[in-house]
Amino acid sequence: MNSENKIYFYPVWLRIWHGINGLGILMLIFTGINMQYANPGFKLMNFELAVNLHNISGILVSVSYIFFVVANLRTNNHKFYRLKFKGLFKRLQLQIEYYMSGIFKNQEPPFPLSEKRKFNPMQKVSYLLIMVVFVPGLIITGLGLLFPELIIENVYQVSGIFLTAVLHACLGFLVSIFLIVHLYVASIGKHPLNNFKSILNGYHDINGH
Amino acid sequence: MRSSFLFFLILILLLGFSKSSQALAPENESCLKCHTHQTITFHNTLTKREDKRLMNPLYILDKDHFAKGVHAKFKCIDCHSADYSKYPHNADLKLEPLSTCLDCHGGDAKYASYQFEKIDTEFQKSVHFQKSGDSFTCSKCHNQHYYQAKSRNSSEVGDIVKFSNEMCMSCHSNNSKFQLISDKLKPALSQIHEWLPNQELHFLNVRCIECHTQVVDSLSVSHNILPKEKALKNCVECHSKNSMLEASLYKYKNLQSRSEIGKLNSIIKNKSYVIGAYQNIWLNYISILIFILALAGISIHVIARIIKK
Repeated sequence: MNSENKIYFYPVWLRIWHGINGLGILMLIFTGINMQYANPGFKLMNFELAVNLHNISGILVSVSYIFFVVANLRTNNHKFYRLKFKGLFKRLQLQIEYYMSGIFKNQEPPFPLSEKRKFNPMQKVSYLLIMVVFVPGLIITGLGLLFPELIIENVYQVSGIFLTAVLHACLGFLVSIFLIVHLYVASIGKHPLNNFKSILNGYHDINGH
Repeated sequence: MRSSFLFFLILILLLGFSKSSQALAPENESCLKCHTHQTITFHNTLTKREDKRLMNPLYILDKDHFAKGVHAKFKCIDCHSADYSKYPHNADLKLEPLSTCLDCHGGDAKYASYQFEKIDTEFQKSVHFQKSGDSFTCSKCHNQHYYQAKSRNSSEVGDIVKFSNEMCMSCHSNNSKFQLISDKLKPALSQIHEWLPNQELHFLNVRCIECHTQVVDSLSVSHNILPKEKALKNCVECHSKNSMLEASLYKYKNLQSRSEIGKLNSIIKNKSYVIGAYQNIWLNYISILIFILALAGISIHVIARIIKK
């Protein structure tokens, strides 16, 4: 297992967090769709059950988010998320070009992963956007909807709950789009299942990407 | 400076007083002199003394509240016997039958749009009438002294909800009034509605009648109060695109026409967010477009990967 080509990328705590977070978000999307598009003719599950499961999963994902932040600060994992703004656009362009054409010409990836670089620039930007903007935004608006008495009643005569709920639904939708793209990009590698195996056993095959 | 401030204060107070008493008929003063106070002082003809007694709280009228009601301009003796002008009141007067809504409003062309006859037909199907018959008069819910046609005239949904629910609560959370029509104690409403998520939020934002009546499209407010077993308990009836609330609480044709702040604002301002019922068409289109683009991008990539393999 510990061959030269494999790096131990994902420690146990990270894999456990990733698993809980992923399952929690899947449940939130499923129950969220159920509530947003609720209709007597469209019933994936009982509405009341969907509300309860959404609340429970929301709390679970919020707690796991706090765990993720604390664990990152206490380990060296946060270093992989450091973003240098200088030349970022160029690096993103290179990565996108690789995904759009280079990959089909069997070119080497522009930012090969190593022990010092766990994410390519596109991964870094999207993960940061999700974990620093979207998920905290969802947690804050979600907590507001769970305890509506906390929400400002009216913002320029518009119901505060209304604004919070619309923002919550929009952010939730963006996270579900991220999930689809995330799952697909994970399948890019020598073998489509390589990255899925990595996040389960912790070892990343640097030649497999 | 100080004296001009006092002058304004007095002026405001005077204006305030004149406004609240302006609407009331001057003939009512002799009645309201006693019936708006906690105590009553009268000459006791037996003891030959002035007696000060507590007024029966049920007969104390809130003058300001009355002035806002639909019958504010009425004289007391329009409905009550003129013999009440004598004190002590004749005990038999309590037995006089009071007019019901239909006695005055039935067949009245001026109030045709209120459809009093249709309300009566619907009410006769209701659990209230079925259990108590004629003794359950309109006034059990619609206090003649204070009633306001809120659901017709208010442009604030919150105001309509509060006023409507207070009518139900006047008996259903008050044992003495509840026992006027039942031998049981008032129901434990919080426990009965325990199944309802965010119970308090529901109680503040929707009317009891939303779930507890049979909606009749042609009536502004449905009056067929259903027995508890038939009450709506299906969340999706309201929490969906074709929310039932559109046909009851948000009869917007009615609200928008009298709103001065415009159609869009009126919808946003008045309509609390109801999960499932709010589906903005543009947000739906944008989300479908983003979803299709994401799937199309992935599909093209997959095809290219297969071809170039």
